[in-house]
Amino acid sequence: MRAQLELHDVSVSYGQRRALEDVSLTVGAGEIVALLGANGSGKSTTLRTISGLVRPSRGRIAYEGRDITTWQPDGIVAAGVGHVPEGREIFSEFTVLENLLVGGHTAPAREIPARLQRALAMFPVLRERQRQPAGTLSGGEQQMLAIARALMAAPRVLLLDEPSLGLAPRLAREIFRMIERINAAGVTVLLVEQNARRALAVAARGYVLETGRIVMTGASSALAADPRVRAAYLGG
Amino acid sequence: MRRAVLLVFVIVGLAWPLLAPRYFVFLASLVFVNAIVAMGLNLLSGYTHQLSFGHAGFLAIGAYTTALLGLHGGGLPAPLALLGAGVVTAAVGVALGLPCLRLEGLYLTMATLAFGFVVIEAILNLDRLTNGADGLRVPAARMGPWALTTDGARYYLVVVVTALLVIAALNVTRMRVGRALLAIRESEIAAQASGVPVATWKTIAFALSAFYTGVAGGLFAWLIGTLSPDAFDVFLSVDFVVMIILGGLGSVPGSIVGAAVVTVLNDALAGFQNYRPLIFGTILIGCMLFMPGGIAGAWRRQTAP
Repeated sequence: MRAQLELHDVSVSYGQRRALEDVSLTVGAGEIVALLGANGSGKSTTLRTISGLVRPSRGRIAYEGRDITTWQPDGIVAAGVGHVPEGREIFSEFTVLENLLVGGHTAPAREIPARLQRALAMFPVLRERQRQPAGTLSGGEQQMLAIARALMAAPRVLLLDEPSLGLAPRLAREIFRMIERINAAGVTVLLVEQNARRALAVAARGYVLETGRIVMTGASSALAADPRVRAAYLGG
Repeated sequence: MRRAVLLVFVIVGLAWPLLAPRYFVFLASLVFVNAIVAMGLNLLSGYTHQLSFGHAGFLAIGAYTTALLGLHGGGLPAPLALLGAGVVTAAVGVALGLPCLRLEGLYLTMATLAFGFVVIEAILNLDRLTNGADGLRVPAARMGPWALTTDGARYYLVVVVTALLVIAALNVTRMRVGRALLAIRESEIAAQASGVPVATWKTIAFALSAFYTGVAGGLFAWLIGTLSPDAFDVFLSVDFVVMIILGGLGSVPGSIVGAAVVTVLNDALAGFQNYRPLIFGTILIGCMLFMPGGIAGAWRRQTAP
């Protein structure tokens, strides 16, 4: 499989604190890869470093063969790496439509109508509420909006940070179905998730982070069967 | 109802020089000039959370640019002089904004505070150009063959410029520009993750804010007739901050109302100079405690269904 996104020995520090240490990982074109770990293990930092929100102190990030380590976030988005940040971070005072338009900030103006239609077709509930302030949406709808907003940039790789956080099981299942549909449409997904069981169910492979280091990697089935993973993340 | 109120304001506003004594015509002009500064400051502070305590410095740059264009510009018409003042000030705004990108919160505030002092020192030391502490006389604004020498004429110039800038400010927040700025205010992370080039927009906000304030400086120069550096001290910068916090961060109507309240209050308290900081300090604390969205926020809550 062709590697679409690669991290080579990436280290990140926040002041004195080491958040990532020599993290190397590969995401192949068309894959769903899960990134597991406890709170504060560096999962979100990994995604933020890929999308340029955080600068690594060491290491190299390559996307489709290009070195994007020092690129600005807007350049990375324009190149095709979308990021759905932790906690959704929707623009709550904007309408649903305006949120999507900001998502299309890097898109050429003539492509925006088609992308809007595609996003709204994928999430019919957003079409119904497109004139509504985003802050009035339910948690599940806000998560869909955050994903739809990222899709407006027509990403080829989507970084998803805790998409099921705080959602009722039924809604979480729906979000995961969405992720599989997005992936089926040809978008590579790097998924950060607390809910390891669900993440491993959709992902082909996974990485496990512990205090900023990758401690384990393998096929999802192997990880799900590993006694250490089971004890730590799957509730025994 | 809202249309009727607005119409009354427009009519009274246009007839004001015919109705009011000269001094109040001047005071109303000052309200509008301060409203332009408040709108400009709001483009920066209200939309990108960068609080500036240096806007008196921008006002001074606009004012001195206009005065110097009047003295050496060979009868430049008022709109061009104002444009010149705006562009020069915007350029200084970019020069200040770029290094300020690395600063946040208190550090940014301190940098802008220092900027205000630097401008005053520069005016004092460039005395061959600015006449230093002795003051610089400002030639009257010109429109072709006419010189705007009466308070009424200057008032109408101020009103027209303010109206144009209000319309521009209202539209800025509805266009792509404004959406990007507001997105940064709502969530900088999400704005960045959506591909909004945050650094570029913050610099643009600095430039726009300085442009507004520079234009206001030009009008201010014509209104007061003589410029000296002590008219642009740090307390004026604080007044501008009070205007937008009292009026409501990020609100164009709030900027205007805040400017009106602070300007009139300042004038009414002219006899109690020593107590001004006390009174404005109380207003600021009161706003933060009881009216966090300022007058605009309170108005929205009152009228919300």
